Amino acid sequence: MTHATHTLDQMRPPYPAEPGAGVYSSKLGMWVFLASDVMFFTALIGSYVILRFGVSSPWAQPGAVLNVPLTGLNTFLLICSSVSMVKAYAAIADGKKYFLRKVAGKTLQDGGLKFWLLVTIICGAAFVGVQVYEYIKLVGHGITPAGYREGSELAERALADPVKYGANIAGLYGSTFFTMTGFHGFHVTCGVISMLYLYFTKVLPEKYSAQDYRGIEVIGLYWHFVDLVWIILFTIVYLI
Amino acid sequence: MTTSPATTHVRPNYLRIWLYLFLMTIAEVALAFELPVAQNIKLVLLLILAVWKAMLVALFFMHLKFERWRLRLIFIVPLPLAAILVITVIMEHVR
Repeated sequence: MTHATHTLDQMRPPYPAEPGAGVYSSKLGMWVFLASDVMFFTALIGSYVILRFGVSSPWAQPGAVLNVPLTGLNTFLLICSSVSMVKAYAAIADGKKYFLRKVAGKTLQDGGLKFWLLVTIICGAAFVGVQVYEYIKLVGHGITPAGYREGSELAERALADPVKYGANIAGLYGSTFFTMTGFHGFHVTCGVISMLYLYFTKVLPEKYSAQDYRGIEVIGLYWHFVDLVWIILFTIVYLI
Repeated sequence: MTTSPATTHVRPNYLRIWLYLFLMTIAEVALAFELPVAQNIKLVLLLILAVWKAMLVALFFMHLKFERWRLRLIFIVPLPLAAILVITVIMEHVR
């Protein structure tokens, strides 16, 4: 493939495609895995919808138990990490392996693969950190997967206002909340560990180039999917 | 790999997509907690915003918009199955 062809179509990586889907095998494998993950999260979200709308008692109102501003910040972090991931992809597709480089006539330096992937890792790790902090605070306030802990602050509030805090089905609320957000957090953690591995074994030694950046594209697909799932979870679990 | 002019694509403006996602997230939180809207309308609007944001990520960040249909199908096929799963269980509950 000529360089001219590569610059003509920036969305097609320059490696041979497998017959069938027309992409290289590891990318096809990631797409098949993501398709199965769609079903996994659908099972979780579907179960949540059924349980929530199947019970006759009121569910805890949005914002009553969960810290929505903190999770809003977390959502912002994940969206930022998604854009930095795609910037990392674009950087290596253009052959920019470096961290930062000065551009003549511009105040901001141009970011390369090393910079954008590091930003993604930091944002992803920060997301996990905020989620762990949120869990610690929630358990401290009294919500556990089994419901409101006896004698806790939330249990007392639920006694005073059972409708707002969904006192009768707190166990269902706690278990669905921790299951869905926990599995998503596990996915994010796996993504951060995978990116760290790639960063130290492939990105820093500059093993990727404009001719071969398959690892970045494949981990990018996974990372964007994790962001996509969170977008849905944030709305369903925290806002509705 | 050969590329015909009819199938060529230029990279989307990723920062603009990020801005859309950011603004829609603010709109979602405002809609959920600040705006005086009926509960059913709020529910529908929040779901539309969530699906819209998810579509932006899938189409532009995951580059589905620029992939071949055969690859898009891998991602699209589970979605009707997912809808069937949820609708069937809801119908079971309604019955």
